[in-house]
Amino acid sequence: MLDLMLSSTDRELDLIQLSALAFLPAVFALVLLLVPSGWKTAMRWTAVFGTALTLTVGLCTLVDYHTLLDSRSDRTTRSLYHPATRLDERADAQLAVSATGVGSYLSDDLVARRPWIPRFDVDYALGVDGISLVLVLLTAVVCLLAVIASWTIETNLRTYLILLLTLESGVLGAFLSLDLFLFYVFYEVMLLPMYFLIGLWGGGNRKYAAIKFVIYTLLGSVGLLAAIIALYSVNVRDFVPQDLVKQRAADLKRKDPALTDAKALQLAEVHTFDFVTLGKVGRAVMLALNHQEDRIQVARKKEQGTNEADLRRDRQGTPEPVLLLAEGVDREAAIARLKGQSVCTPTFQYVVFALLFVGFAVKVPIVPLHHWLPDAHVEAPTPISMILAGVLLKLGGYGLLRFAFPLCPWAAHQLAWWVGLIGVVGIVYGALVAMGQRDFKRLLAYSSVSHMGYVVLGLASWSGGADARYWEWAVNGALFQMLAHGVTASALFFVVGVVYDRAHHRDLTRFGGLKEPMPVYSGMSAILFFASMGLPGLCGFVGEFNVVLGAWKFNWGLAVCAILATVLTAAYLLWAWQRVYLGVNPATAAFPDVSAREVAVLLPFVLLSIALGVFPSFLVYQWAEPSVAGWVSQLAPLQ
Amino acid sequence: MPVSAEQYTSLRAVLGDHLMLFAPEVIVAGTVCVLLLLRLFKAFDKLHLNPVAAGPLVVALFLLGTQWSAYFDGSAGATAFSGLIRLDPFAAFLRGLLLVFALLALVLGRITGLPDAADSADYATLLLGGTLGMMLMASANHLLMVFLGMEMASLPCYALAGFLKGRRAGSEAALKYVLYGAAASGVALYGISLLTIKFGGGSFEAVAKGYADLARTSSLDAITAAGTLMLLVGFAFKLSAVPFHFWCPDVFEGAAAEVGAFLSVASKAAAVGLTVRFLMTVHGACADVTFVPKTVGVGVMVVAALTATLGNLAALAQTNLKRMLAYSTIAHAGYMLMAVATFTSDGAAAALFYLAGYLPTNLGAFAAVAAVRTATGGETLDHCRGLAKRSPATAVALTVFLLSLLGLPPLVGFAGKFQVFESVYSAGQSFGRLGSTTLEGGFYALLAVGVVNTVVSAGYYLRVLKAAVLDDSPDLTPRPPLQSGEGEKNQNPLPSPLRVGEGAGGWGLTAFLLLLAVAVLVLGLAWNPLLALTSKAVESLPGR
Repeated sequence: MLDLMLSSTDRELDLIQLSALAFLPAVFALVLLLVPSGWKTAMRWTAVFGTALTLTVGLCTLVDYHTLLDSRSDRTTRSLYHPATRLDERADAQLAVSATGVGSYLSDDLVARRPWIPRFDVDYALGVDGISLVLVLLTAVVCLLAVIASWTIETNLRTYLILLLTLESGVLGAFLSLDLFLFYVFYEVMLLPMYFLIGLWGGGNRKYAAIKFVIYTLLGSVGLLAAIIALYSVNVRDFVPQDLVKQRAADLKRKDPALTDAKALQLAEVHTFDFVTLGKVGRAVMLALNHQEDRIQVARKKEQGTNEADLRRDRQGTPEPVLLLAEGVDREAAIARLKGQSVCTPTFQYVVFALLFVGFAVKVPIVPLHHWLPDAHVEAPTPISMILAGVLLKLGGYGLLRFAFPLCPWAAHQLAWWVGLIGVVGIVYGALVAMGQRDFKRLLAYSSVSHMGYVVLGLASWSGGADARYWEWAVNGALFQMLAHGVTASALFFVVGVVYDRAHHRDLTRFGGLKEPMPVYSGMSAILFFASMGLPGLCGFVGEFNVVLGAWKFNWGLAVCAILATVLTAAYLLWAWQRVYLGVNPATAAFPDVSAREVAVLLPFVLLSIALGVFPSFLVYQWAEPSVAGWVSQLAPLQ
Repeated sequence: MPVSAEQYTSLRAVLGDHLMLFAPEVIVAGTVCVLLLLRLFKAFDKLHLNPVAAGPLVVALFLLGTQWSAYFDGSAGATAFSGLIRLDPFAAFLRGLLLVFALLALVLGRITGLPDAADSADYATLLLGGTLGMMLMASANHLLMVFLGMEMASLPCYALAGFLKGRRAGSEAALKYVLYGAAASGVALYGISLLTIKFGGGSFEAVAKGYADLARTSSLDAITAAGTLMLLVGFAFKLSAVPFHFWCPDVFEGAAAEVGAFLSVASKAAAVGLTVRFLMTVHGACADVTFVPKTVGVGVMVVAALTATLGNLAALAQTNLKRMLAYSTIAHAGYMLMAVATFTSDGAAAALFYLAGYLPTNLGAFAAVAAVRTATGGETLDHCRGLAKRSPATAVALTVFLLSLLGLPPLVGFAGKFQVFESVYSAGQSFGRLGSTTLEGGFYALLAVGVVNTVVSAGYYLRVLKAAVLDDSPDLTPRPPLQSGEGEKNQNPLPSPLRVGEGAGGWGLTAFLLLLAVAVLVLGLAWNPLLALTSKAVESLPGR
């Protein structure tokens, strides 16, 4: 792969940059193998250095991405949104280059694509947009702090750090993948490190928790594999650059010289794992299934200056066109071909959506499939709980946002109410069960279930037409909620870890009075508790507020339930706060306050949760919102 | 019949050409003879003969390699020896695979010291004899050669299964294997004779033509049906497909791990190759694309689903590692049969890729079991406990093999499984396009069975992983990794054939395991070279 990137003919800087972002932790895992076995401090610093470097590359990517957005923005509007900077536009441009071999790979489009397994059309394709960048940065931050939080790990330190870094590589790769197959590979790479991290360094019941985690996740991911195979079987020839189809026709003719050119061109099929292309198919199918196939239109050359807005002006009174088919495609034949495929049947859409949804729902986790989470959280060591809550759950939300909804929009729209209901059930159920917990970590685990419910509700708040901006708010809220939950949940798991190191138990009924001996610690945790609760001015508020705002338009009943659940959230968190910190307790009176290392972990979290709450749009929305706007602008008009 | 001079020269030239292509087999056969002769001299008793046998194998592989480009550029590859065998890219791929495997098996035997110096001649003879039979199976193009190949492959395997002399389980395994094998080959022979009588010849072309005539009238008469069924029973026995799998767990448990690896990988490769070639030849001749899938194909689908499911479910209950791997072998035969059931060249290519990936994976798994045995003297899950503490390198390698068997990316097991599932799904699609909704539904169901089975198989692979990595060694006092001898004498009185020789295990075995693990990883990351070979290999098969 290395020579592939460094080949001089088409050197592409963003390919190197994005690959570095994904693989730097893995490289440092290899470096760790070289550290002599006695040098534990050296190993720790190597890991810190590796994760910090990854974060640095992530921040550089953010700067690049912002520059990219800025370069296209006309600065007359508040939003940096421009169609040309959307991920799918950039990916399409890249696909055209790699399909035809004409043109050059751009170094500043933050999308990279090289063939990996041509026989199965698998590409090594990486790319970022606002949605993935939010989560990439969250991952890099949480992993860095988790490594610092791991300072007390002594047994098998080298293996531990190697597994942790491999895990980070898997997560980052999954967030950066533009190719379903590549995504699946990264997604599975995470599975085993987590298994060992829980199983080897966890608490008393760790083996049970580890195996439960793996079996649940595997169940979801084989469904995912089946869905990916089904999507791969779709013939996407009318949605890709037509030169690719001509190449396939030539291949067919080489195999069977008896074919005529026309026949070969007719027989040629193109299959892909590229989710941008598959998303176009999904949207076309949605229009076809809703009997609006006259809206499916062929894209024109960019130079002619026709874009969707012009077309709309040309065709006053006719239904709004959606440019899905590739340039130079015979529209009638393409629509006939699409309708002849099994992808254009309700069964296919429902089954594939269900497989994708369940696959990611396990990770989110959504209520009937959440059972692995409390066990895994409780048994995992503190830093691993941080990563589990802060990062791995986000993969579920990301998968729904990136794959389940855009790839099967028709089924997603049909089932939107049910998906929203599942989200609300998660919110309420998680909060209620959290209230009944005595174990501090278990309480936080159920609070994760509750908080991630908002993400699902936000995504499901499908409002089209003029109300599309409500959905945009909700999706923005869902994205921000993932970030906010990533910060607060990881921080709170560390808070539990700190007190566990002193008390060696997590029983809420036996704590109390920590405020006296540990004032700094208590102050910091108070901020984090309130942030998690969703107090205005702190990060938890922004996401939940946006989600509920958007959900109100979608279905006010669900929104009301979600709003009422915040009371429950406040109840269980305040009650937990009261039981841990207030009062007088001789058993905890002698606890030392947080050490410098613990402050080093907690302080960034505290600062982040304040900053994200006070400046959400400056810090996140200004560059994340354009991607969400693009996402919604593709799906909302299909209704 | 007098032969004219021209006929003689042309025959000579053809024979020369064919013999050149057949040279790897000739070398293997020659080595077997030499090894048998060496046994006569007392001087060689002390010498371990595995390396002696490995030398000619390298030469045979080299010869195959020199012909490789001729095969894969398409200038070589046709029937040889008046149509008895076909030496085409498909056969070349499998023969290469078998030779590589035989070589690795000899190396493994030398490292673990399973055959000690005195027995090594027998071991190598049997191993090479079996390999020769399997190579013939892979290239057979005539029902007679099918039978000869199957018998040549089976007989040495019977002896190998009982190679642990003086061990009751081993002898029982061998006896069971012989009885089942004899019955299966009897049935297969009966089927062969029925088909030969019916179609007036045993060459695959003649048989395929017979089926094509039947397909035209869309009728299967009783004789053909019975003959086909009986022949396929023979194949199913070699594949250990349900319901002809009963020998497999007992034989694997009784035989040494090294032999188990040979039986599970090499024997399977030959049987899959033979089945694919036979069925694809028949299918390719039939004008009606759905005739064979609708008759034989449905049977293969059902057997594949049953084999995978039963293998995985039964493996869940095992505590003996070799027995568990035996059931896992059965399950993997099921996955391969799924690909065979598609009757497409994609499916055949997927089966070949699966086999190629299965070679290092399963050999590695069995070698890891052998490592556990040499370290602790036992082969159960309990002996596996605490492996990570005793020998981290072995544990890492075992992890890689188990995960590859489970089919997790980026390991080669996933590559194979993905291709199998993909071919099954696209077969369903193409039959749906042909209007055969039953077959379409059948293939989707088959895919679902495969997917669910993957999750089920996690149950037992992860159990081994948990024992090896997460658990502590139960009562075993900590001992240096992979050094045995004294431990066995004290605690686990295994009979003498398993006595571990000087230099057994140790660094050699660890290096062997790590090498295979790296191969599993590399093949899982870089599919392209192997894909190029498999897709080229199946092009030589008749069919579409």
